[in-house]
Amino acid sequence: MEGSIAEMGQFLGAGLAAIGSGLAAVGVGTVAGNYLSGALRNPSAAASQTAMLFIGMAFAEALGIFAFLVALLLMFV
Amino acid sequence: MAEPSAEGELVFHPLDQFIVEPLFGDGPVRWFTLTNVTLWMALTVLAIILLLVVGTRGRAMIPSRAQSAAEMIYGFVYKMIEDISGKDGIRYFPYIMTLFLFILFANVLGLIPTSFATTSHIAVTGVLALAVFIGVTVLGFVKNGASFLGLFWVSSAPLVLRPALAIIELISYFVRPVSHSIRLGGNIMAGHAVMKVFAGFAAIAAISPISVLAITAIYGLEVLVAVIQAYVFAILTCVYLKDALHPAH
Amino acid sequence: MEEDSVIDAEGETVFATGGELHTLEGHPVEVADPGMPQLDFSTYPNQIFWLIITLLVIYFVLSRIALPRIGSVLAERAGTITKDLASAEELKAKAKEAEASYEKALADARAEAGRIAEETRAEIQAELDAQLAKADAEIAARTAESRKELEVIRAEADAAAAEVARETAREIVATFGAGADPGKVDAAVDARTKG
Repeated sequence: MEGSIAEMGQFLGAGLAAIGSGLAAVGVGTVAGNYLSGALRNPSAAASQTAMLFIGMAFAEALGIFAFLVALLLMFV
Repeated sequence: MAEPSAEGELVFHPLDQFIVEPLFGDGPVRWFTLTNVTLWMALTVLAIILLLVVGTRGRAMIPSRAQSAAEMIYGFVYKMIEDISGKDGIRYFPYIMTLFLFILFANVLGLIPTSFATTSHIAVTGVLALAVFIGVTVLGFVKNGASFLGLFWVSSAPLVLRPALAIIELISYFVRPVSHSIRLGGNIMAGHAVMKVFAGFAAIAAISPISVLAITAIYGLEVLVAVIQAYVFAILTCVYLKDALHPAH
Repeated sequence: MEEDSVIDAEGETVFATGGELHTLEGHPVEVADPGMPQLDFSTYPNQIFWLIITLLVIYFVLSRIALPRIGSVLAERAGTITKDLASAEELKAKAKEAEASYEKALADARAEAGRIAEETRAEIQAELDAQLAKADAEIAARTAESRKELEVIRAEADAAAAEVARETAREIVATFGAGADPGKVDAAVDARTKG
């Protein structure tokens, strides 16, 4: 419990950065939800668009991973 | 050295599993040292050979289990390249298959408890992503010459916006290897670290059942992530390859 | 506070293993230990070297052995399937042909049977006709004969009746006493009976 203020800031920053991971989850959910609603409207076109679904999810998720990485860097470096 | 910080931050050591260490002895890690990286990469190669070479040894008309798995992976990657990069992307099938199989098997083998996940290291994924980036860029210029730069000149946008869009496209082009590598490495590292954290909780008797259940659930998720990340890496490689082969929007 | 102490104890146990690992390595080089192992640049050459070796091995195994083999197996299977489909098609055509020829044979047999039946019927008809004609002729002959006999009988009866009439008339004439020529009487009677 004798950590410095700088250490406190480190942990606070890491926690704040971790919010970004949660926001990425929102993004991935939006992608998947919109894909699903589109697929239910037009099931015949759904199969050809799964690749696009995964690409979109990957892009959305990458930014969340960046936030997670920032949190890790603040914690351990 | 870690003494003062021992109480707070290093309770769980969730990142210790990623330490690269020599297999024999405890000397420094030089470039040729046999390390756990070597061991698990060798096991990856072994697994690939087992499935794709030994498994298809029979060349059976009615495939065995291993052979049909190998054929399924073959057909899956082949169709992915054909769908996304087009017919002329098929020439690069062995390269993409190499990347896909390496990442897939490294991810899955990394999920074995006490194993070492080679793809969680940014050095490994960075080399993979840089190889794709450099390869695709060189290929784009070789195939299309200067017209490859048309990739950055969005001809469907109004003329006033085009320079601004070109800058954005250029930046996003150079961010590609960064996101490509960090997506894979970060995903694998995050999953393994989370499991390690929950494993640390399992030592506390009161919450250990919840912790064990949570590890089980997360392990299932991680199996999914391991496969999906390999798929995503390969599919993004196909997208970049398509940009190199057909740069016009 | 209590939780703190729990985590402390927990931390101590985990840290003990960590510390052990640390002493086992016992190298002051590992200053980067509290940081992320991913950012320990001293291990990068090692990882990159082994990664490149691994990728090269996988690439050569795939492009020399595995991919051509799987590709040829898949192509062969596709070829076999199309060939099987073609031969199945051929067999189907053959079966259809066989069915057609069977149908034709059946129709022929039926036509033959019909023809034979027709022939037989015609033969029977002809025989029947002949028999009928013969029977008709016989009947006609008998009828004619009977009619002739009847004719004779009627003629005799007529003659007898005329005789009786003539004699009766002569007797009557004789009874009345009128001497008349029997010839004339006969003629008159004949004329009357004929009428």
